[in-house]
Amino acid sequence: MSLAPPTSLVRPRAPANAIALLARLAPLIFLLLLMALFTFLAPRFLSSLNLFNILRQVSIFGIVAVGMTFVILTRGIDLSIGALIALTGLVAAVVAKGGIPGRFELTAGGGAFEWYWAALAAIVVGGVAGALQGVFVAKLTVPAFVVTLGGMTIFRGLALIIGNGGPISGFDEAFGWWGRGMVGPVPVPVIVFLVVVVIAGFVLHYTRYGRSVYAIGSNPEAARLCGLNVNRTLISVYALTGLCAGLGGFLLASRLNSAEAVAGNQYELNVIAAVVIGGTSLYGGTGSIAGTVIGTLLIGVLLNGLVILNVSPYVQQLLIGAIIVGAVTFDIFIKKYKR
Amino acid sequence: MIATGSDARNDVSSGGATPPDEAFLDVEKLTKNFFGVTVLDGVSLSIAAGKVHALLGENGAGKSTLINLLSGIHKPDGGALRIDGQPVELTGPNDAQKRGISTIHQEFSLFPDLTVAETIFAGRLPVNRLGLVDWRGIAKRTAAVMQQLGADIAPGRRVADLSIAEQQLVEIGRALTLKSRLIIMDEPTASLTPREVGRLKSVIRSLTAEGVAILFVSHRLEEVKELADSFTVLRDGVVVARGDIADATIDDLVRWMVGRELLEEDRDHAASKPGAVVLEVENLHSKPRSARSASVEGVSFAVRAGEIVGLAGLVGAGRTEIARLIFGADPIGSGVIRLNGQAFRPKGPGDAIAAGVALVPEDRKQQSLFPSLPISENFAAVGSVRPGLFGTLRRKAEKLAFQQFRDRLKLRAAGADAPIATLSGGNQQKVVLARWLALKPRLLIVDEPTRGVDIGAKTDLHRLLRELAADGVAILLISSDLPEVLALSDRILAIRSGHLTGELAGRDADEESLMRLMTLPKAAA
Repeated sequence: MSLAPPTSLVRPRAPANAIALLARLAPLIFLLLLMALFTFLAPRFLSSLNLFNILRQVSIFGIVAVGMTFVILTRGIDLSIGALIALTGLVAAVVAKGGIPGRFELTAGGGAFEWYWAALAAIVVGGVAGALQGVFVAKLTVPAFVVTLGGMTIFRGLALIIGNGGPISGFDEAFGWWGRGMVGPVPVPVIVFLVVVVIAGFVLHYTRYGRSVYAIGSNPEAARLCGLNVNRTLISVYALTGLCAGLGGFLLASRLNSAEAVAGNQYELNVIAAVVIGGTSLYGGTGSIAGTVIGTLLIGVLLNGLVILNVSPYVQQLLIGAIIVGAVTFDIFIKKYKR
Repeated sequence: MIATGSDARNDVSSGGATPPDEAFLDVEKLTKNFFGVTVLDGVSLSIAAGKVHALLGENGAGKSTLINLLSGIHKPDGGALRIDGQPVELTGPNDAQKRGISTIHQEFSLFPDLTVAETIFAGRLPVNRLGLVDWRGIAKRTAAVMQQLGADIAPGRRVADLSIAEQQLVEIGRALTLKSRLIIMDEPTASLTPREVGRLKSVIRSLTAEGVAILFVSHRLEEVKELADSFTVLRDGVVVARGDIADATIDDLVRWMVGRELLEEDRDHAASKPGAVVLEVENLHSKPRSARSASVEGVSFAVRAGEIVGLAGLVGAGRTEIARLIFGADPIGSGVIRLNGQAFRPKGPGDAIAAGVALVPEDRKQQSLFPSLPISENFAAVGSVRPGLFGTLRRKAEKLAFQQFRDRLKLRAAGADAPIATLSGGNQQKVVLARWLALKPRLLIVDEPTRGVDIGAKTDLHRLLRELAADGVAILLISSDLPEVLALSDRILAIRSGHLTGELAGRDADEESLMRLMTLPKAAA
């Protein structure tokens, strides 16, 4: 009896790869289709003025979405970022103003601070708030959903206390440049967004830290047994998202020339939608910054196009919700099919 | 009577052990393709009522696919199934169960948070006249089934609190209450201790006595030889041999499975020259934890460089727990660990890794693999290749390191960027081992290194462990597979209920003496 040598134990799976590729490109294809549709319905959608407008609109929640990508990669979630944007915006405003007239002053003379102190204060407060939530998630193993849901209310409450319910408005020109300024035809927040994207993309794909984020999301127990510091990494991703929210809070206050406790309302919805639509799995371990950028643009295009078409804001909400559920369903469907 | 080669492939009635009129299930020329690749190609076999039919083959031979087809999980692309001579088409797992086919998968499909009774009756909880769940009746029937299986498992216990062997009995109990006529068992003994294997054997015998057919899928050929009436060997999706087990020797079976001769050589005990003591453990205790987890109570031993020390014990005896204490995965209660003469008290796995200790954990899927990441990332996960400035990865260096192990481990993989899930269990385990070997550990702890691994890969892994010992690595080997422990170890430590009960030199040990130490209290042994 002659027997053939055993063939490879790995089966080639070319068609499966094609499906995987299609799944990866699906958000981009959907984005382009959506843009084509809006252009067809309202040609001025494609004007460079409007496109930059979209970019400016998405840049702030896009920055936070980049941070959220890290959190979701580790199987986490952060619902507090909208409230944190409001809180950090107010912090930036208070620092820029040197206090709140008639209520308190930060220094004896009541002098205002430069924009960079305001920005730094917002970012630090955001980072610390995020890290605190991370400690509850990682060390005390409270579900992220609960911690950040509570955080959302706490931060909103703090923002209301600081602002006493009212807005703080009117900043100097240097402060306002970050939200409203332009470099050539490009709005400044768009440039900030790009810088954040490039840094985060690099960290996630080219550093050991980024690899540990993926590993922990893919299998936390295996990550621990590989000697990765799971707790520290988990805390860091929430801190990172907090930093991004702080930066976002500063930019938003700058752009609106005003900070108030109701700012950033429901940002968490757009941010989580952007990340998930961009292909980052809520089950952790797969996803990318590039996907999040596409998801962010998709939401921006959708919101902008609906406004141009005079669709009611109520319907906009409905559509965003439907798209989130649709994107996750698609993701699960593809995973099943790949098997 | 045995049929091999093209005879085995084409001929179902004359070559088979049982005439077709007795058969409960007939499988005829079953074919299955995944994404254009044929994984089963015209497989035929027949399973008689009250008989044990063994399905053999290396991982990747098509056994799992065949099981999935028979249990209704996948649909065949060609061929036919007949139950009691009637053609059937299985529409899903429920349909297969209704028609009398139950499958006990290697990874149990139990509900960890439910009770034993709820698990057994899941999906068909009986109700009383008021339409409420009849809890008392369920408990009674569960107790009856457990008694039939000779198992002492209370119906109200939570499944998560059971041992793997007990969970398996619950699955068998479920199959019995479903009035199954064929029970497919996929590697049922892979995670069992020898005593539990013995009990499973008697359960299987009593099942067949009552006319239940068993499709027994196992890599453990001694067990197959002992239990089965007939067999089918698959290789690369086709039947390469079939017949009565009485007519085949274990060597025959191995040859058909791998397509080449395999020599499981014993460790050359004379050749091993243990060096300096690498690991010393003195009066080690685990922290008292829940009653469920096994404890370690005052264990002392040493492992020298170039030595393979086997740690043999029943599941739950504390073998894995000792490994986890040394590796810093669990907190140490009391006792002293010394590495190369230096006191060592790891705060976490990171400390142990830094000190040159590596652990290949027992549960590959839960504790080793990163399922969503490619092979290369799975290999590099412990950071064996030092990163560059600011922690940046040096992927080229990692690729190079991986390439070395790929050849040394005879790793069969399409490419380093392929998902880890595309590999067979044996090749996945090789990647895990490569991950740790790249760190050049001084102490390597392997926990069930060949569980769920095909024979070819098992031989490769054994050869590798021997080579590592020859290179001066101290190896602590934990395994439920006694022949494996005996074949590899220079010394064997037996452990029972958290205590060491004896030590045997590898060359003097045999399964019986070892088993006595593992199962009997110290005084009696």
